[in-house]
Amino acid sequence: MSNEWPLWEVFIRTKGGLSHRHAGSVRAPDAELALRHARDTYTRRLEGVSLWVVPSAQIVASDPHQAGPLFEPAESKIYRHPTFYHVPDNVKHI
Amino acid sequence: MTTASSSTGHRSDPALFDYLLRLGDDSLILAQRLSEWCGHAPMIEVDLSISNVALDLVGQATLLLDYAGEVEGKGRDGDKLAFHRDALRFRNCLLVEQPNGDFGQTMARQYLFSTCQRLLFRGLAQSTDARLAGIAAKALKEIEYHADWSAEWVVRLGDGTPESRERMINGFAWMWRFVDELFQVDEIDAAIAKAGIAPARDSLRAAFNAELKKTFEAATLPLAPLPAAILGGRKGHHSEHLGHLLAAMQFLPRAYPGATW
Amino acid sequence: MYTTELQKHPSKPVAATEPQELIDAFEARVAADEFIEPKDWMPAAYRRTLVRQISQHAHSEIVGMLPEGNWISRAPSLRRKAVLLAKVQDEGGHGLYLYAAAETLGTAREEMIEALHTGKAKYSTIFNYPTLTWADIGAIGWLVDGAAIMNQVPLQRTSYGPYARAMVRVCKEESFHQRQGYEIMMCMANGTPEQKEMAQDALNRWWWPSLMMFGPPDDESPNTAQSMRWRIKRDTNDELRQHFVDVTVPQAEFLGLTVPDPKLKFNDKTGHYEFGEIDWSEFWNVVKGEGPVAKERMHDRVKAWDEGAWVRDAAAAHAAKQHGARQAAE
Repeated sequence: MSNEWPLWEVFIRTKGGLSHRHAGSVRAPDAELALRHARDTYTRRLEGVSLWVVPSAQIVASDPHQAGPLFEPAESKIYRHPTFYHVPDNVKHI
Repeated sequence: MTTASSSTGHRSDPALFDYLLRLGDDSLILAQRLSEWCGHAPMIEVDLSISNVALDLVGQATLLLDYAGEVEGKGRDGDKLAFHRDALRFRNCLLVEQPNGDFGQTMARQYLFSTCQRLLFRGLAQSTDARLAGIAAKALKEIEYHADWSAEWVVRLGDGTPESRERMINGFAWMWRFVDELFQVDEIDAAIAKAGIAPARDSLRAAFNAELKKTFEAATLPLAPLPAAILGGRKGHHSEHLGHLLAAMQFLPRAYPGATW
Repeated sequence: MYTTELQKHPSKPVAATEPQELIDAFEARVAADEFIEPKDWMPAAYRRTLVRQISQHAHSEIVGMLPEGNWISRAPSLRRKAVLLAKVQDEGGHGLYLYAAAETLGTAREEMIEALHTGKAKYSTIFNYPTLTWADIGAIGWLVDGAAIMNQVPLQRTSYGPYARAMVRVCKEESFHQRQGYEIMMCMANGTPEQKEMAQDALNRWWWPSLMMFGPPDDESPNTAQSMRWRIKRDTNDELRQHFVDVTVPQAEFLGLTVPDPKLKFNDKTGHYEFGEIDWSEFWNVVKGEGPVAKERMHDRVKAWDEGAWVRDAAAAHAAKQHGARQAAE
């Protein structure tokens, strides 16, 4: 049996209304202690109101070598942005 | 000082003063012990957890001893009380001054103390003494965390490996003698309880026992009957350990009495 | 708290097996101040250098807990006790952030700790000096953290994303460290004659080791050029050291203390202080592990780690049992 505690990724909601954001990682033997370690490591200065911990091994990440096919096709779809459309200045509330 | 104490309505109340020393010294001495772990814990994450608990306890001690000084009305503040009293004047229980031993022994001490402190401070948060109720309400949030955190460690170490189980059993065996003192009621406790300032400590025992039973079951640890109480802390008769702890803690202010730091 | 390049010899050249177009693309990204992330392609030498630098930095934080930790139990007031405990705790946190950043490069924390304990990995030489009086706690905060901040602020823009992000957090948290140290120094420099003596003595002992924290002079820092091109170092050792002297000397004067360097003088033309020769033989001896308390520091770290093994094992065993029980129940 390996005695190395697995790595957990820590996500913090800094205040109500905001989404959780990645803060860093901790080692912990289980989920309960992972939360405690996350609290004791990353929220000592009132950084958060809510915590998530996720086993790092459970994160599925996109492949950076696929960044082109994954993300660049969106570049040409400028019609998804409001500035693509011309509306005369004197037309209001649109 | 005198205005602060008169505003609480306890002008130089010796029983309240003594009672506040008991609470403040418990937190102070345990903080001192826990801070010995800083930089030496089994894992960095655990180091941070222990330091957080120690910091909470230093904060509690500061509030409680400052208040004690005001109640006494002789111009002493928390620092004066922490650094310029000798062992005979300390009012902490014997449990908190016990040496750290290994991590199991430290967790045994923490679990026993925090579990009792949680029950006591739940009552103190309802104290007729508004100042104390405020301090207790703030501290209670910290204590809830300490009690749960230490219980989780007791369960993990009790149930973990044969070695950790044995160490946890030994850790509790060291501390077991000092549990009963936590629930003793002397004339000061009785007077404070009568005034509605704090719950009588003996009234906490049933809830404490139930809590222990639950945790020990989860930890698969045997729950031994309590031995005869070793008493003395509340009267200033401490174990041999306290003198050494104070010698280190008080060294600078004692060696340089006129200095400020 | 701090890292410096402690490798005396140049790194091996980039292995010829790495495709040139990948190397070129990598160099271009770094030159454009883009961040490199864990799964991105990177030259093996970059990875190796980063693991060494970040782990050395992490070790410095963890070993750095010990000299100041030496005074937590003797802090002279409740406020000072809380501040020092919080500060040393921060150092532990910083070590943790940095180990985590290094782990993203594929080296486990346990491997790095093993390298520290066997003497293969280095840590900042400054922590091999003893803390003899309470004024040392002031001097460390003021000088050692002051030097560390100077090194770490530019590293917030270092090319490796996880390292840069760790440094952002570290710098934010360390902002109180130097101030609390200087506050202690002010208190003592303006205190009783004994306190003032302790303050001056601490400055005398910590001044030169603090200057050494910036690492060997530029002409003996063979990897500086490559590290700067890779944006894992943003200023040279000598530049940072000069900046430190320039800002610190007036702070010492304000305290009424004397910097222990007879050659120290302000040059009106350059606008910089000139200072005496650093004893580099002492520096290299301390790097080699011959610092006054190097043995004590490693003894404490190894002891803590070894005595914690049963705790780590127990928690892992409990988690495995719980996991087994859950699976059986499903």
